[in-house]
Amino acid sequence: MENFTPISALIGGLIIGLSALLLMMFNGRIAGISGIFSGTVFADAGDRLWRVAFVLGLIAGPVVYTMVMGVQPNFVMTDNKGLIIAGGLLVGFGTRLGSGCTSGHGVCGLSRLSVRSLVAVLTFMFAGMVTVAIMNMMMGG
Amino acid sequence: MMMKNLTALISGVVFGVGLTVAEMTNPQKVRSFLDILGNWDPSLAFVMGGALVLTFLGYKVITKRAKPVFDVCFHIPQGRHIDKRLVLGAVFFGIGWGLVGLCPGPALAAITLGGTDVYIFLTAFIAGMLVFDLTPLKK
Repeated sequence: MENFTPISALIGGLIIGLSALLLMMFNGRIAGISGIFSGTVFADAGDRLWRVAFVLGLIAGPVVYTMVMGVQPNFVMTDNKGLIIAGGLLVGFGTRLGSGCTSGHGVCGLSRLSVRSLVAVLTFMFAGMVTVAIMNMMMGG
Repeated sequence: MMMKNLTALISGVVFGVGLTVAEMTNPQKVRSFLDILGNWDPSLAFVMGGALVLTFLGYKVITKRAKPVFDVCFHIPQGRHIDKRLVLGAVFFGIGWGLVGLCPGPALAAITLGGTDVYIFLTAFIAGMLVFDLTPLKK
């Protein structure tokens, strides 16, 4: 557990919570990224622009962080293109079929004490943990 | 009308900063949370915990209002039932999340951080969404 960073995790989490509250207070919307993002294309015409604005802000977030803090955030990911493509397809399809992801079900749904979201969160966390465990076994780790 | 877009933009920036502070834009960090049998890093649970406590309390106060500041009503999901779609969708999502370490928020936020591989992931992610949204799977 030498990489455990509880303080920055908690502060980051509080900032994410603040974002969810802003979006509910001013726009009356759940801060669920998969839903907001798919709606940039598939929502009704008058319901699209705020979604595009949110996504642009989300992309700008790390840039703002780098300007303020003066350090580039770490980014380490597999470079196996097959894994990357399979992962992207599964995340895209799965979040639409299951009506949400880590933010919509995880943060916003659990905050509303939604049993549906609790089932989704426990399921995707378990599936993720099993996947990582199997990959580690296959790579002899 | 304009204000609604401005507050969404600000909310998006705040969300992206929060992800970055929490290091959730780093797939390696996220995958190490899922690695409970290995060198487990529980940080992601603290990110969700912090976000949850604040959102739980704040939602209680905010939804007592008659309506949000820039819209005519709150748009709260009304789904109640737990069905095959919910569970199967979460299984697919969880597997993809475990394979790479990116979920939708961090994948978008990492556009400026991860180079070509993030573009490839996002292209596949959008393709996966389209498979759902453009087929009869969407009710």
